[in-house]
Amino acid sequence: MTLTVPTPLADAATSDAALRRFLHGLPGVDQVGAEGRAANLATRSIKTTAKAYAIDLAIRMIDLTTLEGADTPGKVRSLCAKAVRPDPTDPSTPSVAAVCVYGDLVGLARDYLGDSGLHIAAVATAFPSGRASLEVKLADTRHAVAAGADEIDMVIDRGAFLSGRYLQVYEEIAAVKDACGEAHLKVILETGELATYDNVRRASWLAMMAGADFIKTSTGKIAPAATLPVTLVMLEAVRDWRDATGTLVGVKPAGGIRTTKDALRYLVLVNETVGIEWLTPDLFRIGASSLLNDLLLQRQKLASGHYSGADYVTVD
Amino acid sequence: MADRLEVRKTYKLFIGGAFPRSESGRSYEVTDTKGRFLANAAHASRKDARDAVTAARKAFGGWSGATAYNRGQVLYRVAEVMEGRRAQFVAEVAAAEGVQNRRAEAVVDAAIDRWVWYAGWTDKLAQVLGSANPVAGPFFNFSTPEPTGVVAVLAPQDSALLGLVSVLAPVLVAGNTAVVLSSYARPLPAVTLSEVLATSDVPGGVVNILTGAAAEVGPWLASHLDVNAIDLSGVDDPDLARELEKAAADNVKRVRRPASEDWNADPGMSRLRAWVETKTVWHPIGV
Repeated sequence: MTLTVPTPLADAATSDAALRRFLHGLPGVDQVGAEGRAANLATRSIKTTAKAYAIDLAIRMIDLTTLEGADTPGKVRSLCAKAVRPDPTDPSTPSVAAVCVYGDLVGLARDYLGDSGLHIAAVATAFPSGRASLEVKLADTRHAVAAGADEIDMVIDRGAFLSGRYLQVYEEIAAVKDACGEAHLKVILETGELATYDNVRRASWLAMMAGADFIKTSTGKIAPAATLPVTLVMLEAVRDWRDATGTLVGVKPAGGIRTTKDALRYLVLVNETVGIEWLTPDLFRIGASSLLNDLLLQRQKLASGHYSGADYVTVD
Repeated sequence: MADRLEVRKTYKLFIGGAFPRSESGRSYEVTDTKGRFLANAAHASRKDARDAVTAARKAFGGWSGATAYNRGQVLYRVAEVMEGRRAQFVAEVAAAEGVQNRRAEAVVDAAIDRWVWYAGWTDKLAQVLGSANPVAGPFFNFSTPEPTGVVAVLAPQDSALLGLVSVLAPVLVAGNTAVVLSSYARPLPAVTLSEVLATSDVPGGVVNILTGAAAEVGPWLASHLDVNAIDLSGVDDPDLARELEKAAADNVKRVRRPASEDWNADPGMSRLRAWVETKTVWHPIGV
């Protein structure tokens, strides 16, 4: 697929009309084709040493997440401990990429993780609904960054996006990006609310044009959350973005990825869509909580030769 | 009138309340004692065993948490539905074990009666295996039987129905969930029993029935860390039995060794006692 990208690309964001013209000029997504391609890639079988490698890679890509109203300091501390050393019985297990918490718990996570090298991601901008004024969203973001978050997961205003106020969404992302300073910005599209793959493609481009370092599928609070076809469409968007601009944007599926099999399917999808360059925690993350335990069980199975059980990993 | 086309049955596994084919896609030929073809049965693989253990673990909370009275009703219902399938069981037992119809009828009756007998035990187990213990202080002290967890059962190879019922039912009484590997050469009554279980209020996953070889699936069940106990009744090879027992020691599973058993004899309490743990609680008297 070749894309005609306006030159310079920035011209597309000069007005609401120009932005709409550009986003609606993007080629439509072949829904049946995308779903078929995702289903076809999901049948790939990954075994033995390749599986062992893929499991460790998937662990290194996890944003270990807890986003509950009932989160306590104790829960966040145990989450951090698990993030650093997922399997205390096997020191060769890699750490995860980051922990992902609400903004008010960032300081606590920073105290625990210190300079361990793990990133701390905070959800901001009135997560998960995104329904607040821009000032509140920016204050939310600045607070999280000040508390020590080096990654910000923001939600877009789906109401504005779905009613066609693209420039508002664009400017909001750009403003949050500005408020992030050094911190990486992940833009949550909440694909479960976007209704069509065409919208997912448009939202992906919009987020990248506004300065996103990562585009993320979902908050995890809406079903359906991440799906393979949606991730495929987003991966195609970052691929086309690279071709158009030369910059690499990361992708993060989140929500509903619970088993090792699921995680490996996403890795296959990445490899086949954007290539091995993206198979790194810098450019691909998986937002999950229960997935880690399943990966550990599979890891133990490969190491010991017999099946493990839930009694041999932590209860989260 | 044209002859009817024969409607042949696919014999499948029973995992988590559903009837999947083997993940491996394999099947094997089942014959009667004279070597005549009876059916193709699913040949379970280690991954089927893994799925069955997962299903059994998932079902454990609900089944062990149900009241003893409720478990008794559900198990009695199994016997009722077995009674309705009596003719089918008789034909399958006769073919599988190479016995006359009258003898097969006696075996099926004994199997159904055994199931009823075990069903009656659910709300009596605590009285018989539990106790109120006298202690030197102002406390009530109770010991009560609790289910062990997920029990892997390698069912007897010779007695395809009565043997199977005699090893499976006592596992369920206390609230354990079961992964059963049926007799290799005589799996068809086990498949029919799984159809009975699926239609008699037993929650999906409480009983999972695989058809296949003990030498292939047994080691995976014995070494599985999420299996709490294993019954080796169906292991005829003493070397294999020793190996499985060794593998089971890794997570200190309860193990019941194979022994020559008369399935027609009074079963007694030993199998009921084999799959329970004893919990003792202290409770202050008064106030």
